[in-house]
Amino acid sequence: MTSLPAVAPARKLGLVIDLDVCVGCHACVISCKEWNTGGYGAALSDQDPYGADVSGTFLNRVHSYEVTPDGGQVVGESGQARLIHFPKSCLHCDDAPCVSVCPTGASYKRSADGIVLVDEDKCIGCGLCAWACPYGARELDLAAGVMKKCTLCVDRIYNETFEEVDRVPSCVRTCPTNARHYGDLADPDSVVSRLVRERDGIDLMPEQGTRPVNKYLPPRPRQPLSDTRSPVENTDGATGFFGWLDSMLDRI
Amino acid sequence: MTSEPKLALSESIGDSIAKTTCYMCACRCGINVHLKDGKVRYIEGNRDHPVNKGVLCAKGSAGIMQQYAPARLRAPLLRTGPRGSNQFKEISWEEALGLASQWLSSVRVDDPKKLAFFTGRDQSQSLTGFWAQQFGTPNYAAHGGFCSVNMAAAGIMTIGGAFWEFGSPDWERTKLFVMFGVAEDHDSNPLKMGISRLKKRGARFVSVNPVRTGYSAIADNWIGVRPGTDGLLILSLIHLLLKWRKIDVDYLARYSNAAWLVIDAPGASDHGLFARDSEGKPLVFETVTERMVASDTAGARAALSGRYELSDGRHAVPAFHLLAENYLDPRYAPETVAQETGVDADTIRGLAAEIARIAFDEAIFVDQPWTDMHGERHAGYVGRPVSFHAMRGISAHSNGFETARALHVLQVLIGAVDCPGGFRFEPPYPKPVDAHPTPHGRAEHFGSSKPLSGPHLGFPRGPEDLLVDAEGKPERIDKAFSWDAPLSAHGLMHMVIANAHAGDPYPIDVLFMYMANMAWNSSMNTTGVIKMLEDKYEATGEYRIPKIIYSDAYQSEMSAYADLVLPDTTYLERHDCISLLDRPISEPDAVQDAIRWPVLTPDRNVRPFQSVLIDLGVRLGLPAFVDSRGKAIYKDYADYMVRHERRPGIGPLAGFRGVNGDRTGRGAINRKQLERYIENGSFFSEHIPLEAQFFKHANRAYQDFAVRMGFFDTPQPVIFQLYQETLQKFRLSAEGLREPFAPETHRDRILNGFHPLPRWYPAFSEDDASAFPYHAITQRPMAMYHSWGSMNAWLRQIHTRNPLYVPGQICDRHGLVDGDWVWLISDHGRIKVEILRTDAANADTIWTWNAIGKRAGAWGLAPNAPEARRGFLLNHLIRDLLPPKADGQRWSNSDPVTGQAAWYDLRVRIEKAQSGHVSEPQFSLLHYPAGDADAPNELRYGREWTK
Amino acid sequence: MHPAPSIIVFTVLSGLGYGLAVMLGLDLLDADSSAARIGHVLALLLIGFGLTSSLLHLGNPQRAWRALSQWRSSWLSREGVLAILTFAPLLAGAWFSLFEGVYRAPVGILSVAGSLATVYCTSMIYASLRSVDGWNTPLTSLCYLLFSLAGGAGLASALASGAALGAAGELAWVAMAFVAIAWLAKIAWRRRLKSIVRRSTPETATGLGKLGRVRLFEPPHMTASYLTHEMGFKVARKHADKLFVLSIIIGGGLPIILFGLVAMGAADGNTATALGLIAAIGYLSGVFVERWLFFAEARHAVVSFYGS
Repeated sequence: MTSLPAVAPARKLGLVIDLDVCVGCHACVISCKEWNTGGYGAALSDQDPYGADVSGTFLNRVHSYEVTPDGGQVVGESGQARLIHFPKSCLHCDDAPCVSVCPTGASYKRSADGIVLVDEDKCIGCGLCAWACPYGARELDLAAGVMKKCTLCVDRIYNETFEEVDRVPSCVRTCPTNARHYGDLADPDSVVSRLVRERDGIDLMPEQGTRPVNKYLPPRPRQPLSDTRSPVENTDGATGFFGWLDSMLDRI
Repeated sequence: MTSEPKLALSESIGDSIAKTTCYMCACRCGINVHLKDGKVRYIEGNRDHPVNKGVLCAKGSAGIMQQYAPARLRAPLLRTGPRGSNQFKEISWEEALGLASQWLSSVRVDDPKKLAFFTGRDQSQSLTGFWAQQFGTPNYAAHGGFCSVNMAAAGIMTIGGAFWEFGSPDWERTKLFVMFGVAEDHDSNPLKMGISRLKKRGARFVSVNPVRTGYSAIADNWIGVRPGTDGLLILSLIHLLLKWRKIDVDYLARYSNAAWLVIDAPGASDHGLFARDSEGKPLVFETVTERMVASDTAGARAALSGRYELSDGRHAVPAFHLLAENYLDPRYAPETVAQETGVDADTIRGLAAEIARIAFDEAIFVDQPWTDMHGERHAGYVGRPVSFHAMRGISAHSNGFETARALHVLQVLIGAVDCPGGFRFEPPYPKPVDAHPTPHGRAEHFGSSKPLSGPHLGFPRGPEDLLVDAEGKPERIDKAFSWDAPLSAHGLMHMVIANAHAGDPYPIDVLFMYMANMAWNSSMNTTGVIKMLEDKYEATGEYRIPKIIYSDAYQSEMSAYADLVLPDTTYLERHDCISLLDRPISEPDAVQDAIRWPVLTPDRNVRPFQSVLIDLGVRLGLPAFVDSRGKAIYKDYADYMVRHERRPGIGPLAGFRGVNGDRTGRGAINRKQLERYIENGSFFSEHIPLEAQFFKHANRAYQDFAVRMGFFDTPQPVIFQLYQETLQKFRLSAEGLREPFAPETHRDRILNGFHPLPRWYPAFSEDDASAFPYHAITQRPMAMYHSWGSMNAWLRQIHTRNPLYVPGQICDRHGLVDGDWVWLISDHGRIKVEILRTDAANADTIWTWNAIGKRAGAWGLAPNAPEARRGFLLNHLIRDLLPPKADGQRWSNSDPVTGQAAWYDLRVRIEKAQSGHVSEPQFSLLHYPAGDADAPNELRYGREWTK
Repeated sequence: MHPAPSIIVFTVLSGLGYGLAVMLGLDLLDADSSAARIGHVLALLLIGFGLTSSLLHLGNPQRAWRALSQWRSSWLSREGVLAILTFAPLLAGAWFSLFEGVYRAPVGILSVAGSLATVYCTSMIYASLRSVDGWNTPLTSLCYLLFSLAGGAGLASALASGAALGAAGELAWVAMAFVAIAWLAKIAWRRRLKSIVRRSTPETATGLGKLGRVRLFEPPHMTASYLTHEMGFKVARKHADKLFVLSIIIGGGLPIILFGLVAMGAADGNTATALGLIAAIGYLSGVFVERWLFFAEARHAVVSFYGS
């Protein structure tokens, strides 16, 4: 149904993305693609896959940004811009605009765990949900004509054919730098909730009023190397050095 | 309000799971391949695998599209039109192998050195080198010469092991990790995991790299060093540590050659070499008894400085004395090096201060008694928790060997080699240089239809071990181990085509290559190399390189220039062996190796190259491949993996040996060995007891363990070589003091490049600095592996083309904005490319992603693919030969010590172009050979499994 | 936003059709005249063609009937429901005019209400999106309604002239007025578009504003994707300004002048009809350009992630 759940879901499953350790390797992008192309719903197609106008449906993508200190925090070594790699997928918003605009009821937010899904049997591919989403979380699959988005790997997290430790989204399992965390953001004691508290996790585009469930952990503050005080410098050249060396050897 | 759909949430992934080893790069992660209906459904990391512990990068996850890429070759091919016209016809394997063995056998009889056999991105050098040795050609190497030999050689020669996959930071205990010149490379997933964990623990991560992407993006401190000057930066750090007295004197005394006495007798033929006793052991000055004793004398308290009289009246100085004098020189002060390196003095000081503070004030201790090689018992391991890692950024320069050495010297000075928290060796390393062979390939080492008398590659101990003839001319086609590149431990694959074409030192007959895209991104001077492959002798009309056999799984820029193409399988379709004899996957705490096995059967007429090579070995009747009756010893590669013994009880695979499969390292052949590996997830791991884990270079328990494992047959402890005698021998040779003398033509080069203590000299290209003010380098992207990745429908969407990233200051100077087209010009050529501005790089360094640019029509892509139309290679700008000097010699654009290709020495200038939409140069179109690549217009992979 | 032809055709033509339906529903064309009869058919054709065109935009049009179910929350659904519901009075009105030559007030009122409501719902599909700053204002609905009415009035006037109805002159004044007001509203709408501060920026999109200025270094894909195609459309400012001026001239100035001439009785009979038709065509062209710009100039918040 495209009305948001009347009662807030008891569990708010989502992801926490740690921008302090994402190296932009795109592992999550491809892992998601291969999992989902044969999983929930229509295959994630690629158009002109070996040609000039290649494009394809991906549910999770990684951008890279250059951030130039501009009166903001100067990082590490002065003045220069820094690079931040930035994965983005559906944030499973509490106030998901993609849910309310859907005319067919295909787009819905689960009342038990808050996951926002597309019921592809109902989707007519009007694309309005993609327009409503400020985060670009939804893509129309051009071959299937239905809207695709992150499913939070709903077909993995409850999957009883998996060992417990593997019941996490594919992107989380695969991330080599452990930059992706999965859990219940409604549970204050969950790993994800604690991460958000400890690292001051933020919402993306809070001004859009979507109340995203996924949170992002900003890069940790840096300390310049030049902050470390140098040991006392000895000015007595090589001779003094050798004198010291002898005394060191005597002590061994 | 409709109710929520009921979902099927517990479907099994596929029908079966095959655990094998990934091969999308050289990391060798363990993977679970989920199969469904005979196809690959999903690939994930194997949680139990020690290398990746369940994670997997983009490349590994894209294996599906690698398996089903239209670029895959379908059958053996024989060239029908002129070379480069890409006209081929499909032939049978019988015909292909018959032709190949005909070519090869005539060479083997007439003149074996006319076969040049070089391998690229493969991981089976133990087999290919062995095969080449049995064939009897001196002309074999893998690709290390254009990859990272500087690092490997400097490491082995200095500390007995190298970074890369032969060593690893102690991720769990290190408190400061400093990385030089690493973008994405081998050992990538362990690096990612390790860096993340150490940051989480609060340890500091410093990345030294001109470019700030990837690892450098998440570094706590990024140092945007100027390319080619890392060595100077490191020596400045050493300078400060010495000035501050922040060195581990005890460690130096125990584990390095700091105390060895260096003869001080200018003009003598042994000046600068170690003073030795009658048994040839290096001498030290024992301070208590005040006399010279052999360095391995138990209980000796040796001097590290001073000047001492030898028995013959001459004098000698401890190596460390020379080291200290050298690096205390004010020319290494931070203020002095700041401009050259592009790193400000405060940062250099700060880094040195952090290193000092953490190494000494935050030392750790592992409570585990252990015994050293002198029999002395230690209460535990002292850990100086500063670790380092370095790769191509320092290696791919004409001063890379010295730079890597400098880094290792720094490690030894602070006592941080193979200690808790420091850099740790991975078995079978450490191994001293003496445990490595010397190279073989002199005329007396080979002959008609005979094997080479020893392994091709090794470490010369001095000029006497060079592979040169009586006139000092090179014996090998790539001139490895000649005066051009004396310590070229990995060969110089990048010079083979150019030298064969020039007939210098001699022409060859057959060029046989595997998985090396030499007609494109793996060569410098790409346009020149392509022409060389097509060139004919005017007089005879014959090709200068008469016969080219090439093996690969995919259509590429190189396959178009072969005469005979032997199509390989993918990694999911064959056996492979990740061996201790080769490039293993050991951890510091465990001996490990792995296999691959056929998880799928090929749907086309392709065969695994290693089995093909063995088949050729049988057809040629090579010893070790056929028995005395001429019958094949091994059926195929799988059979070889299990039944080949390199030394008694030691084969390619270390695990599950012995008739019961319960022996490790040394043991009888176990015919069920592969099944045991497969059951175990395709890998084997044996833990090293804590008593043997650290200070492996001097740890009795480890040395005994290593002997038991078969790494060597007697203990091979390593004394770290801060001062390197071998290099001094070359100096003496160039000075005309010690025979064999270096040829006149090479003397200056050797004197400039060979130093017993690491020295920094500007990269050779610095001569061009005024005309070409900027540096141009590449970074390896994390989602591609060399030229692989563009034939992969998913990966190519990430890097469909590569912009040229130009630092903001350069943009401003030239009035450039995003999307402008420029001419990037070196003294060798020019390219026209599209730029983007960046402010996250060293201000003088222009860069792009490596190997993204492709030639139109290659890799199963449409002719107008962005990879070809807008992508580009920097290679066109890079010389394979240095600009001609008056001496008439052809000097390789390489490090003078190891021959390492100096890719990142490149200097350029930039000019705005009028306009552009296509990158230049463009090349004529390549078609998929003998047919059509059958690339679909749309992919809907997994459609049949839609729920 | 990508100006999809099917959507532009849908909103322009259906808007026009509903506007004409309003005129007919207000009995401004004599129900027994050929003008009214043609008008009813034309309105139905325009609306029908428009709605069909909107189906072309769908990935799975065969399920379009499902779009009627979520009227409680979705403007698109409401539009669908209302469009279907409004067909009843529209068809009835057409029947009464075509076959009985009469106007029935209840049917007419329902047609007016339904038409206006449908156009309003259509406009709210866009106006309700917080993600597109330029659309997220009551001025959007105002413009849609006014353009619909202006188009309807213009067509009615042309038809009236064609049928030589007495009301032709008055209708021409009405058309003039609505056209003028519609374009004035549009100018106000566009001025707002040009001056509003973006709600979302690369800094708020990434949360990295505290660290400094954010710009895109590398997009997640080097070729286009559905997102960049749908939401990343860019039109050069100068080009857009020229187009807007053009649309005002042919969609506003020209019709006003021509309707003005008709209103003042400066032309009559066939000339008036011709002028009316030219005015209508001019208006239609201008609205097509205006609608194209409505999409092309709209900035979707997601472009913040692409560095804009």
